[in-house]
Amino acid sequence: MTHNPHRLEIVNVSIGYGEKIVMRDLSFQVPHGARVAVVGPNGAGKSTLFKALVGILPLQSGRILIHGELLGAHKDCVAYIPQREDVDWRFPVTVNDVVMMGRYSQMGWLSRPSKADKQIVRKSIEQMGITDLATRSIGQLSGGQQQRAFLARAIAQEPHILLMDEPFTGVDVTTREATLNLLDHLRDQQVTTIISTHDLNLAASRFDLVLLLNHKLIAFGKPQEVFVKENLTAAFGNSLLVMENGMMLVDECCPPEVEHQHSEVK
Amino acid sequence: MSWLLAPLAYQFMQRGLLASVIVGILCAVMGTYVVLRGMAFLGDAMAHAILPGVAIAYIFHSDLLIGAGVAAVVVALSIGFFSREGTVKEDTAIGILFAAALSLGVALISSMQTYAVDLSHILFGNVLGVSPSDLWLIGGLSFAILLTVGLLFKPFMVISFDPVLAATLRLPAELLRNLMLVLLALTVVVSLQTVGVSLAAAMLVTPAATAYLLTRRLWPMMLVSALIGALSSIIGLYLSYYFNIVSGSAIVLTATLFFLLGFLWKRTKLI
Repeated sequence: MTHNPHRLEIVNVSIGYGEKIVMRDLSFQVPHGARVAVVGPNGAGKSTLFKALVGILPLQSGRILIHGELLGAHKDCVAYIPQREDVDWRFPVTVNDVVMMGRYSQMGWLSRPSKADKQIVRKSIEQMGITDLATRSIGQLSGGQQQRAFLARAIAQEPHILLMDEPFTGVDVTTREATLNLLDHLRDQQVTTIISTHDLNLAASRFDLVLLLNHKLIAFGKPQEVFVKENLTAAFGNSLLVMENGMMLVDECCPPEVEHQHSEVK
Repeated sequence: MSWLLAPLAYQFMQRGLLASVIVGILCAVMGTYVVLRGMAFLGDAMAHAILPGVAIAYIFHSDLLIGAGVAAVVVALSIGFFSREGTVKEDTAIGILFAAALSLGVALISSMQTYAVDLSHILFGNVLGVSPSDLWLIGGLSFAILLTVGLLFKPFMVISFDPVLAATLRLPAELLRNLMLVLLALTVVVSLQTVGVSLAAAMLVTPAATAYLLTRRLWPMMLVSALIGALSSIIGLYLSYYFNIVSGSAIVLTATLFFLLGFLWKRTKLI
Protein backbone atom coordinates (compact mmCIF):
# COMPACT_ATOMS: atom_id res chain seq x y z
CA MET A 1 0.00 0.00 0.00
CA THR A 2 2.91 2.36 0.54
CA HIS A 3 3.29 3.03 -3.18
CA ASN A 4 -0.34 3.71 -3.79
CA PRO A 5 -0.24 7.04 -5.61
CA HIS A 6 -3.36 8.29 -3.92
CA ARG A 7 -2.74 9.49 -0.43
CA LEU A 8 -6.32 10.52 0.06
CA GLU A 9 -9.28 9.05 -1.76
CA ILE A 10 -12.85 10.24 -1.38
CA VAL A 11 -15.33 7.77 -2.84
CA ASN A 12 -19.02 8.69 -3.35
CA VAL A 13 -19.15 10.53 -0.06
CA SER A 14 -22.33 12.20 1.18
CA ILE A 15 -22.20 14.21 4.38
CA GLY A 16 -24.89 15.97 6.37
CA TYR A 17 -26.54 16.66 9.67
CA GLY A 18 -29.40 14.26 10.29
CA GLU A 19 -31.86 14.53 7.40
CA LYS A 20 -30.11 17.47 5.80
CA ILE A 21 -27.48 16.50 3.25
CA VAL A 22 -24.84 19.21 2.84
CA MET A 23 -22.49 17.45 0.44
CA ARG A 24 -23.74 14.95 -2.08
CA ASP A 25 -21.86 12.15 -3.82
CA LEU A 26 -18.39 13.64 -3.67
CA SER A 27 -15.47 11.77 -5.24
CA PHE A 28 -11.89 12.88 -5.79
CA GLN A 29 -8.34 11.70 -5.27
CA VAL A 30 -5.38 13.63 -3.94
CA PRO A 31 -1.80 12.50 -4.71
CA HIS A 32 1.18 12.69 -2.34
CA GLY A 33 2.42 16.10 -1.38
CA ALA A 34 -0.19 18.01 -3.35
CA ARG A 35 -1.40 21.39 -2.14
CA VAL A 36 -5.15 21.55 -2.58
CA ALA A 37 -7.23 24.70 -2.27
CA VAL A 38 -10.90 24.14 -1.44
CA VAL A 39 -13.04 26.98 -2.75
CA GLY A 40 -16.73 27.67 -3.14
CA PRO A 41 -19.38 30.09 -1.90
CA ASN A 42 -20.29 30.43 1.76
CA GLY A 43 -22.27 27.48 3.03
CA ALA A 44 -21.10 25.32 0.13
CA GLY A 45 -20.05 22.63 2.57
CA LYS A 46 -16.32 23.34 2.88
CA SER A 47 -16.23 23.18 6.67
CA THR A 48 -18.55 20.18 6.58
CA LEU A 49 -16.10 18.39 4.31
CA PHE A 50 -13.26 19.17 6.72
CA LYS A 51 -15.22 17.87 9.66
CA ALA A 52 -15.80 14.63 7.78
CA LEU A 53 -12.12 14.37 6.83
CA VAL A 54 -11.14 14.80 10.48
CA GLY A 55 -13.71 12.23 11.53
CA ILE A 56 -15.90 14.48 13.68
CA LEU A 57 -18.87 14.14 11.38
CA PRO A 58 -19.88 10.61 10.37
CA LEU A 59 -20.47 9.98 6.68
CA GLN A 60 -24.01 9.38 5.41
CA SER A 61 -22.55 7.17 2.72
CA GLY A 62 -19.34 6.55 0.84
CA ARG A 63 -15.79 6.01 2.01
CA ILE A 64 -12.72 8.07 2.85
CA LEU A 65 -9.47 6.20 2.30
CA ILE A 66 -6.04 7.29 3.47
CA HIS A 67 -3.16 5.24 2.05
CA GLY A 68 -5.88 2.89 0.84
CA GLU A 69 -7.16 2.30 4.37
CA LEU A 70 -10.37 3.57 5.91
CA LEU A 71 -10.22 6.85 7.82
CA GLY A 72 -9.44 6.09 11.44
CA ALA A 73 -7.12 3.17 10.73
CA HIS A 74 -4.18 5.53 11.14
CA LYS A 75 -4.27 7.30 14.45
CA ASP A 76 -2.38 10.49 13.87
CA CYS A 77 -1.63 11.04 10.22
CA VAL A 78 -4.20 13.81 9.82
CA ALA A 79 -3.49 17.16 11.50
CA TYR A 80 -6.08 19.90 11.62
CA ILE A 81 -5.83 23.57 12.43
CA PRO A 82 -9.01 24.19 14.42
CA GLN A 83 -11.25 27.17 13.84
CA ARG A 84 -11.14 29.83 16.53
CA GLU A 85 -14.42 28.91 18.15
CA ASP A 86 -13.39 25.27 18.60
CA VAL A 87 -10.71 26.08 21.16
CA ASP A 88 -11.06 27.21 24.79
CA TRP A 89 -8.73 30.23 24.80
CA ARG A 90 -8.98 30.71 28.56
CA PHE A 91 -7.57 27.26 29.25
CA PRO A 92 -4.32 27.41 31.26
CA VAL A 93 -1.79 26.18 28.69
CA THR A 94 1.37 27.78 27.33
CA VAL A 95 2.42 27.75 23.67
CA ASN A 96 4.85 24.98 24.60
CA ASP A 97 2.05 22.89 26.10
CA VAL A 98 -0.11 23.35 23.01
CA VAL A 99 2.65 22.28 20.64
CA MET A 100 3.52 19.31 22.87
CA MET A 101 -0.08 18.09 22.46
CA GLY A 102 0.89 17.33 18.88
CA ARG A 103 3.27 14.68 20.24
CA TYR A 104 0.81 13.01 22.64
CA SER A 105 -0.36 10.34 20.28
CA GLN A 106 3.14 9.27 19.28
CA MET A 107 4.67 9.41 22.77
CA GLY A 108 1.77 7.44 24.24
CA TRP A 109 -0.91 8.83 26.52
CA LEU A 110 0.76 7.61 29.69
CA SER A 111 4.39 8.49 28.96
CA ARG A 112 6.32 11.63 29.66
CA PRO A 113 7.80 13.55 26.73
CA SER A 114 11.18 12.18 25.64
CA LYS A 115 14.18 14.29 24.63
CA ALA A 116 13.26 13.70 21.00
CA ASP A 117 9.71 14.96 21.62
CA LYS A 118 11.03 18.12 23.27
CA GLN A 119 13.45 18.63 20.40
CA ILE A 120 10.66 18.35 17.82
CA VAL A 121 8.50 20.78 19.78
CA ARG A 122 11.33 23.30 20.04
CA LYS A 123 12.08 23.06 16.31
CA SER A 124 8.41 23.40 15.33
CA ILE A 125 8.06 26.52 17.46
CA GLU A 126 11.25 27.92 15.98
CA GLN A 127 10.05 27.22 12.46
CA MET A 128 6.91 29.27 13.03
CA GLY A 129 8.98 32.13 14.51
CA ILE A 130 7.38 32.18 17.94
CA THR A 131 10.28 30.97 20.09
CA ASP A 132 10.11 34.09 22.26
CA LEU A 133 6.44 33.35 22.99
CA ALA A 134 6.94 29.70 23.98
CA THR A 135 6.25 30.16 27.69
CA ARG A 136 3.34 32.59 27.26
CA SER A 137 -0.26 31.57 27.85
CA ILE A 138 -2.05 30.80 24.61
CA GLY A 139 -4.81 33.25 25.54
CA GLN A 140 -2.40 36.19 25.74
CA LEU A 141 -1.31 35.88 22.11
CA SER A 142 -2.74 37.77 19.14
CA GLY A 143 -4.93 35.88 16.69
CA GLY A 144 -2.11 35.47 14.21
CA GLN A 145 0.33 34.28 16.85
CA GLN A 146 -2.25 31.78 18.08
CA GLN A 147 -2.61 30.44 14.56
CA ARG A 148 1.15 30.06 14.29
CA ALA A 149 1.18 28.17 17.59
CA PHE A 150 -1.38 25.76 16.16
CA LEU A 151 0.61 25.44 12.95
CA ALA A 152 3.64 24.56 15.08
CA ARG A 153 1.53 21.89 16.76
CA ALA A 154 0.53 20.52 13.38
CA ILE A 155 4.19 20.28 12.33
CA ALA A 156 5.08 18.57 15.62
CA GLN A 157 2.40 16.00 14.88
CA GLU A 158 4.40 15.02 11.74
CA PRO A 159 1.21 14.39 9.77
CA HIS A 160 0.81 13.01 6.26
CA ILE A 161 -2.17 15.24 5.62
CA LEU A 162 -2.67 18.74 6.99
CA LEU A 163 -6.12 20.35 6.93
CA MET A 164 -6.69 24.07 7.43
CA ASP A 165 -10.07 25.73 7.40
CA GLU A 166 -9.78 29.38 6.32
CA PRO A 167 -6.24 30.06 7.63
CA PHE A 168 -5.95 33.28 5.63
CA THR A 169 -9.08 35.07 6.77
CA GLY A 170 -8.52 37.78 9.32
CA VAL A 171 -4.82 37.16 10.00
CA ASP A 172 -1.89 39.57 9.88
CA VAL A 173 0.66 39.63 7.05
CA THR A 174 3.37 37.86 9.09
CA THR A 175 1.08 34.92 9.81
CA ARG A 176 -0.10 34.80 6.22
CA GLU A 177 3.51 34.63 5.00
CA ALA A 178 4.48 32.10 7.68
CA THR A 179 1.55 29.93 6.63
CA LEU A 180 2.43 30.14 2.94
CA ASN A 181 6.10 29.37 3.63
CA LEU A 182 5.00 26.41 5.67
CA LEU A 183 2.99 25.13 2.69
CA ASP A 184 6.14 25.17 0.52
CA HIS A 185 8.13 23.48 3.24
CA LEU A 186 5.49 20.79 3.71
CA ARG A 187 5.39 20.05 0.01
CA ASP A 188 9.12 19.38 0.11
CA GLN A 189 8.40 16.86 2.83
CA GLN A 190 5.64 15.22 0.76
CA VAL A 191 2.94 16.30 3.18
CA THR A 192 -0.45 16.73 1.53
CA THR A 193 -2.13 20.01 2.48
CA ILE A 194 -5.82 20.75 2.02
CA ILE A 195 -6.87 24.31 2.71
CA SER A 196 -10.14 26.15 2.32
CA THR A 197 -9.95 29.79 1.30
CA HIS A 198 -12.00 32.68 -0.04
CA ASP A 199 -8.98 34.10 -1.79
CA LEU A 200 -9.29 32.84 -5.36
CA ASN A 201 -6.09 34.59 -6.45
CA LEU A 202 -4.16 32.76 -3.78
CA ALA A 203 -5.81 29.49 -4.76
CA ALA A 204 -4.80 30.06 -8.37
CA SER A 205 -1.22 31.09 -7.67
CA ARG A 206 0.01 29.05 -4.70
CA PHE A 207 -1.77 25.70 -5.01
CA ASP A 208 -1.29 22.65 -7.23
CA LEU A 209 -4.94 21.66 -7.30
CA VAL A 210 -8.25 23.39 -6.75
CA LEU A 211 -11.41 21.73 -5.48
CA LEU A 212 -14.45 23.82 -6.39
CA LEU A 213 -17.53 22.94 -4.38
CA ASN A 214 -21.14 23.90 -4.08
CA HIS A 215 -22.88 21.13 -2.17
CA LYS A 216 -21.33 18.81 -4.73
CA LEU A 217 -18.19 18.64 -6.78
CA ILE A 218 -18.17 21.36 -9.45
CA ALA A 219 -14.60 20.86 -10.63
CA PHE A 220 -11.31 19.43 -9.44
CA GLY A 221 -7.95 19.87 -11.13
CA LYS A 222 -5.21 22.36 -11.91
CA PRO A 223 -6.20 25.97 -11.15
CA GLN A 224 -6.24 27.09 -14.79
CA GLU A 225 -8.54 24.19 -15.68
CA VAL A 226 -10.90 24.76 -12.78
CA PHE A 227 -11.19 28.53 -12.92
CA VAL A 228 -13.18 28.86 -16.12
CA LYS A 229 -16.44 30.67 -16.59
CA GLU A 230 -18.70 27.59 -16.68
CA ASN A 231 -17.35 26.23 -13.41
CA LEU A 232 -17.40 29.56 -11.62
CA THR A 233 -20.97 30.21 -12.75
CA ALA A 234 -21.98 26.79 -11.52
CA ALA A 235 -20.36 27.44 -8.14
CA PHE A 236 -21.08 31.09 -7.48
CA GLY A 237 -24.18 31.71 -9.61
CA ASN A 238 -25.28 35.32 -9.44
CA SER A 239 -22.26 36.37 -7.39
CA LEU A 240 -20.14 36.03 -10.53
CA LEU A 241 -19.72 39.01 -12.79
CA VAL A 242 -17.99 38.59 -16.16
CA MET A 243 -16.42 41.79 -17.50
CA GLU A 244 -16.03 42.63 -21.18
CA ASN A 245 -12.26 42.12 -21.14
CA GLY A 246 -12.68 38.59 -19.86
CA MET A 247 -12.06 39.44 -16.25
CA MET A 248 -14.33 37.71 -13.81
CA LEU A 249 -15.35 39.13 -10.47
CA VAL A 250 -16.71 37.06 -7.65
CA ASP A 251 -18.64 39.10 -5.18
CA GLU A 252 -19.25 37.12 -2.10
CA CYS A 253 -19.46 37.81 1.51
CA CYS A 254 -17.00 36.30 3.87
CA PRO A 255 -17.45 34.88 7.36
CA PRO A 256 -19.30 37.39 9.55
CA GLU A 257 -16.30 38.67 11.53
CA VAL A 258 -14.32 39.50 8.39
CA GLU A 259 -14.83 42.59 6.31
CA HIS A 260 -16.70 42.32 3.06
CA GLN A 261 -14.14 41.61 0.38
CA HIS A 262 -13.96 41.07 -3.34
CA SER A 263 -11.89 38.28 -4.78
CA GLU A 264 -11.05 38.35 -8.42
CA VAL A 265 -9.61 35.96 -10.95
CA LYS A 266 -8.13 36.76 -14.29
CA MET B 1 2.07 25.37 70.17
CA SER B 2 -0.36 23.79 72.57
CA TRP B 3 -3.33 25.42 70.85
CA LEU B 4 -2.31 23.62 67.68
CA LEU B 5 -2.04 20.25 69.37
CA ALA B 6 -4.91 20.50 71.83
CA PRO B 7 -7.69 19.51 69.39
CA LEU B 8 -5.65 16.56 68.17
CA ALA B 9 -5.85 14.95 71.61
CA TYR B 10 -9.21 13.58 70.54
CA GLN B 11 -9.22 10.67 68.12
CA PHE B 12 -12.41 11.83 66.41
CA MET B 13 -10.69 15.15 65.83
CA GLN B 14 -7.69 13.44 64.23
CA ARG B 15 -9.96 11.46 61.93
CA GLY B 16 -12.01 14.55 61.14
CA LEU B 17 -8.91 16.53 60.25
CA LEU B 18 -7.55 13.76 58.04
CA ALA B 19 -10.88 13.32 56.27
CA SER B 20 -11.22 17.09 55.71
CA VAL B 21 -7.75 17.37 54.23
CA ILE B 22 -8.31 14.43 51.88
CA VAL B 23 -11.66 15.81 50.76
CA GLY B 24 -10.18 19.31 50.46
CA ILE B 25 -7.50 18.03 48.10
CA LEU B 26 -9.85 15.80 46.14
CA CYS B 27 -12.47 18.51 45.59
CA ALA B 28 -9.80 21.02 44.65
CA VAL B 29 -8.28 18.74 42.00
CA MET B 30 -11.61 17.73 40.45
CA GLY B 31 -12.67 21.35 40.79
CA THR B 32 -9.98 22.28 38.27
CA TYR B 33 -12.04 20.56 35.57
CA VAL B 34 -15.26 21.98 36.99
CA VAL B 35 -13.88 25.54 36.67
CA LEU B 36 -12.17 25.07 33.30
CA ARG B 37 -15.02 23.22 31.63
CA GLY B 38 -17.64 25.55 33.08
CA MET B 39 -19.31 22.81 35.10
CA ALA B 40 -19.90 24.82 38.30
CA PHE B 41 -23.64 24.51 37.79
CA LEU B 42 -23.20 20.78 37.27
CA GLY B 43 -21.25 20.40 40.53
CA ASP B 44 -24.01 22.15 42.42
CA ALA B 45 -26.69 20.12 40.69
CA MET B 46 -24.86 16.88 41.33
CA ALA B 47 -24.56 17.64 45.03
CA HIS B 48 -28.31 18.17 45.35
CA ALA B 49 -29.22 15.37 42.98
CA ILE B 50 -27.92 12.72 45.36
CA LEU B 51 -30.66 13.54 47.86
CA PRO B 52 -33.14 10.90 46.58
CA GLY B 53 -30.44 8.24 46.79
CA VAL B 54 -29.73 9.22 50.35
CA ALA B 55 -33.44 9.25 51.21
CA ILE B 56 -34.00 5.80 49.71
CA ALA B 57 -30.98 4.42 51.55
CA TYR B 58 -32.33 5.95 54.73
CA ILE B 59 -35.75 4.37 54.25
CA PHE B 60 -34.23 0.94 53.72
CA HIS B 61 -31.71 1.40 56.52
CA SER B 62 -28.75 0.82 54.25
CA ASP B 63 -25.54 2.81 53.99
CA LEU B 64 -26.28 6.43 53.10
CA LEU B 65 -22.99 6.77 51.21
CA ILE B 66 -23.89 3.88 48.92
CA GLY B 67 -27.32 5.39 48.21
CA ALA B 68 -25.69 8.73 47.46
CA GLY B 69 -23.08 7.11 45.24
CA VAL B 70 -25.64 5.22 43.15
CA ALA B 71 -27.82 8.32 42.76
CA ALA B 72 -24.86 10.49 41.78
CA VAL B 73 -23.63 8.08 39.12
CA VAL B 74 -27.16 7.64 37.72
CA VAL B 75 -27.63 11.42 37.47
CA ALA B 76 -24.16 11.93 35.95
CA LEU B 77 -24.76 9.35 33.25
CA SER B 78 -28.29 10.65 32.57
CA ILE B 79 -26.88 14.12 31.95
CA GLY B 80 -24.37 12.62 29.52
CA PHE B 81 -27.19 10.64 27.87
CA PHE B 82 -29.62 13.55 27.39
CA SER B 83 -26.98 15.97 26.13
CA ARG B 84 -25.35 13.47 23.80
CA GLU B 85 -24.72 14.85 20.31
CA GLY B 86 -26.41 18.07 21.34
CA THR B 87 -30.00 16.73 21.42
CA VAL B 88 -30.55 18.87 24.53
CA LYS B 89 -28.02 21.46 25.67
CA GLU B 90 -25.95 20.24 28.60
CA ASP B 91 -27.00 22.98 31.02
CA THR B 92 -30.65 22.37 30.12
CA ALA B 93 -30.25 18.66 30.80
CA ILE B 94 -28.59 19.51 34.11
CA GLY B 95 -31.36 21.92 35.05
CA ILE B 96 -34.07 19.36 34.37
CA LEU B 97 -32.38 16.46 36.16
CA PHE B 98 -31.26 18.62 39.08
CA ALA B 99 -34.81 19.82 39.73
CA ALA B 100 -36.30 16.35 39.21
CA ALA B 101 -33.85 14.63 41.55
CA LEU B 102 -34.17 17.30 44.22
CA SER B 103 -37.98 17.11 44.06
CA LEU B 104 -37.88 13.34 44.28
CA GLY B 105 -35.58 13.61 47.30
CA VAL B 106 -37.85 16.09 49.06
CA ALA B 107 -40.93 14.01 48.20
CA LEU B 108 -39.35 10.89 49.69
CA ILE B 109 -38.19 12.71 52.79
CA SER B 110 -41.58 14.33 53.37
CA SER B 111 -43.23 10.91 53.27
CA MET B 112 -41.12 9.68 56.16
CA GLN B 113 -42.41 9.52 59.70
CA THR B 114 -39.23 10.66 61.31
CA TYR B 115 -36.08 11.98 59.87
CA ALA B 116 -33.64 13.73 62.03
CA VAL B 117 -29.97 13.90 62.65
CA ASP B 118 -28.59 11.77 59.82
CA LEU B 119 -30.28 13.75 57.10
CA SER B 120 -29.13 17.08 58.42
CA HIS B 121 -25.64 15.63 58.54
CA ILE B 122 -25.96 14.77 54.89
CA LEU B 123 -26.90 18.37 54.14
CA PHE B 124 -24.26 20.08 56.25
CA GLY B 125 -21.69 17.42 56.94
CA ASN B 126 -20.59 15.88 60.19
CA VAL B 127 -16.85 15.94 60.17
CA LEU B 128 -16.54 14.95 63.82
CA GLY B 129 -18.58 11.82 63.25
CA VAL B 130 -16.12 10.25 60.81
CA SER B 131 -15.69 6.62 61.88
CA PRO B 132 -12.50 4.66 61.12
CA SER B 133 -14.37 2.73 58.40
CA ASP B 134 -15.65 6.01 56.90
CA LEU B 135 -12.09 7.25 56.82
CA TRP B 136 -10.96 4.15 54.94
CA LEU B 137 -13.79 4.61 52.45
CA ILE B 138 -12.98 8.30 51.95
CA GLY B 139 -9.27 7.59 51.63
CA GLY B 140 -9.71 4.65 49.26
CA LEU B 141 -12.19 6.40 46.94
CA SER B 142 -10.13 9.59 46.89
CA PHE B 143 -6.99 7.67 46.02
CA ALA B 144 -8.78 5.87 43.18
CA ILE B 145 -10.20 9.13 41.78
CA LEU B 146 -6.89 11.01 41.99
CA LEU B 147 -5.05 8.08 40.41
CA THR B 148 -7.51 8.10 37.49
CA VAL B 149 -7.06 11.85 37.06
CA GLY B 150 -3.28 11.38 37.09
CA LEU B 151 -3.36 8.60 34.50
CA LEU B 152 -5.81 10.42 32.23
CA PHE B 153 -4.25 13.85 32.67
CA LYS B 154 -3.38 14.27 28.99
CA PRO B 155 -6.62 12.94 27.47
CA PHE B 156 -8.69 15.04 29.90
CA MET B 157 -6.63 18.10 28.98
CA VAL B 158 -7.10 17.56 25.25
CA ILE B 159 -10.87 16.95 25.38
CA SER B 160 -11.26 20.09 27.51
CA PHE B 161 -8.97 22.40 25.57
CA ASP B 162 -9.41 21.30 21.97
CA PRO B 163 -12.16 18.73 21.25
CA VAL B 164 -11.26 18.75 17.56
CA LEU B 165 -7.73 17.56 18.32
CA ALA B 166 -9.27 14.87 20.49
CA ALA B 167 -11.27 13.75 17.46
CA THR B 168 -8.29 13.74 15.08
CA LEU B 169 -6.29 11.73 17.62
CA ARG B 170 -9.22 9.29 17.89
CA LEU B 171 -9.72 9.78 21.61
CA PRO B 172 -12.97 8.25 22.88
CA ALA B 173 -14.22 11.69 23.89
CA GLU B 174 -17.74 10.59 24.79
CA LEU B 175 -16.43 7.90 27.13
CA LEU B 176 -13.91 10.26 28.73
CA ARG B 177 -16.58 12.91 29.24
CA ASN B 178 -18.84 10.39 31.00
CA LEU B 179 -15.95 9.12 33.08
CA MET B 180 -15.23 12.66 34.17
CA LEU B 181 -18.87 13.08 35.24
CA VAL B 182 -18.70 9.84 37.23
CA LEU B 183 -15.48 10.96 38.94
CA LEU B 184 -17.16 14.24 39.78
CA ALA B 185 -20.18 12.42 41.18
CA LEU B 186 -17.98 10.22 43.36
CA THR B 187 -16.12 13.31 44.57
CA VAL B 188 -19.40 14.86 45.70
CA VAL B 189 -20.28 11.63 47.52
CA VAL B 190 -16.92 11.52 49.28
CA SER B 191 -17.27 15.13 50.41
CA LEU B 192 -20.71 14.41 51.88
CA GLN B 193 -19.29 13.53 55.27
CA THR B 194 -17.10 16.57 55.76
CA VAL B 195 -18.78 19.57 54.16
CA GLY B 196 -22.16 18.11 53.28
CA VAL B 197 -24.29 18.29 50.17
CA SER B 198 -25.00 22.00 50.30
CA LEU B 199 -21.38 23.10 50.60
CA ALA B 200 -19.68 20.49 48.40
CA ALA B 201 -20.18 22.65 45.32
CA ALA B 202 -18.26 25.49 46.97
CA MET B 203 -15.29 23.22 47.69
CA LEU B 204 -15.33 22.14 44.05
CA VAL B 205 -15.29 25.66 42.68
CA THR B 206 -13.60 28.05 45.12
CA PRO B 207 -10.06 26.59 45.50
CA ALA B 208 -9.81 25.85 41.76
CA ALA B 209 -11.03 29.33 40.84
CA THR B 210 -8.39 30.80 43.16
CA ALA B 211 -5.67 28.64 41.60
CA TYR B 212 -6.79 29.74 38.13
CA LEU B 213 -6.00 33.33 39.13
CA LEU B 214 -2.51 32.43 40.34
CA THR B 215 -1.20 30.03 37.68
CA ARG B 216 -1.11 29.67 33.90
CA ARG B 217 -0.55 25.97 33.32
CA LEU B 218 -2.85 23.07 34.16
CA TRP B 219 -0.51 21.01 36.32
CA PRO B 220 0.53 23.91 38.62
CA MET B 221 -3.11 24.98 38.76
CA MET B 222 -4.04 21.56 40.15
CA LEU B 223 -1.23 21.65 42.72
CA VAL B 224 -2.04 25.15 43.94
CA SER B 225 -5.73 24.29 44.04
CA ALA B 226 -4.99 21.17 46.12
CA LEU B 227 -2.83 23.20 48.48
CA ILE B 228 -5.57 25.78 48.97
CA GLY B 229 -8.13 23.02 49.49
CA ALA B 230 -5.98 21.31 52.12
CA LEU B 231 -5.13 24.56 53.94
CA SER B 232 -8.77 25.67 53.95
CA SER B 233 -9.77 22.36 55.51
CA ILE B 234 -7.14 22.56 58.25
CA ILE B 235 -7.70 26.23 59.09
CA GLY B 236 -11.47 25.80 58.86
CA LEU B 237 -11.48 22.88 61.22
CA TYR B 238 -9.42 24.75 63.84
CA LEU B 239 -11.74 27.75 63.51
CA SER B 240 -14.69 25.46 64.01
CA TYR B 241 -13.05 23.93 67.10
CA TYR B 242 -12.14 27.20 68.81
CA PHE B 243 -15.12 29.34 67.78
CA ASN B 244 -17.67 26.57 67.91
CA ILE B 245 -19.07 27.02 64.40
CA VAL B 246 -20.24 24.38 61.92
CA SER B 247 -17.11 22.86 60.37
CA GLY B 248 -18.40 22.82 56.77
CA SER B 249 -19.14 26.55 56.89
CA ALA B 250 -15.79 27.34 58.47
CA ILE B 251 -13.94 25.40 55.74
CA VAL B 252 -15.87 27.03 52.90
CA LEU B 253 -15.47 30.52 54.41
CA THR B 254 -11.70 29.99 54.70
CA ALA B 255 -11.54 28.92 51.07
CA THR B 256 -13.53 32.02 50.13
CA LEU B 257 -11.05 34.19 52.01
CA PHE B 258 -8.22 32.62 49.96
CA PHE B 259 -10.18 33.42 46.82
CA LEU B 260 -10.61 37.07 47.81
CA LEU B 261 -6.86 37.36 48.51
CA GLY B 262 -6.06 35.77 45.17
CA PHE B 263 -8.51 38.05 43.42
CA LEU B 264 -7.01 41.17 45.00
CA TRP B 265 -3.50 39.98 44.09
CA LYS B 266 -4.56 39.46 40.48
CA ARG B 267 -6.22 42.89 40.29
CA THR B 268 -3.22 44.73 41.71
CA LYS B 269 -0.93 42.83 39.34
CA LEU B 270 -3.01 43.84 36.34
CA ILE B 271 -2.97 47.54 37.23
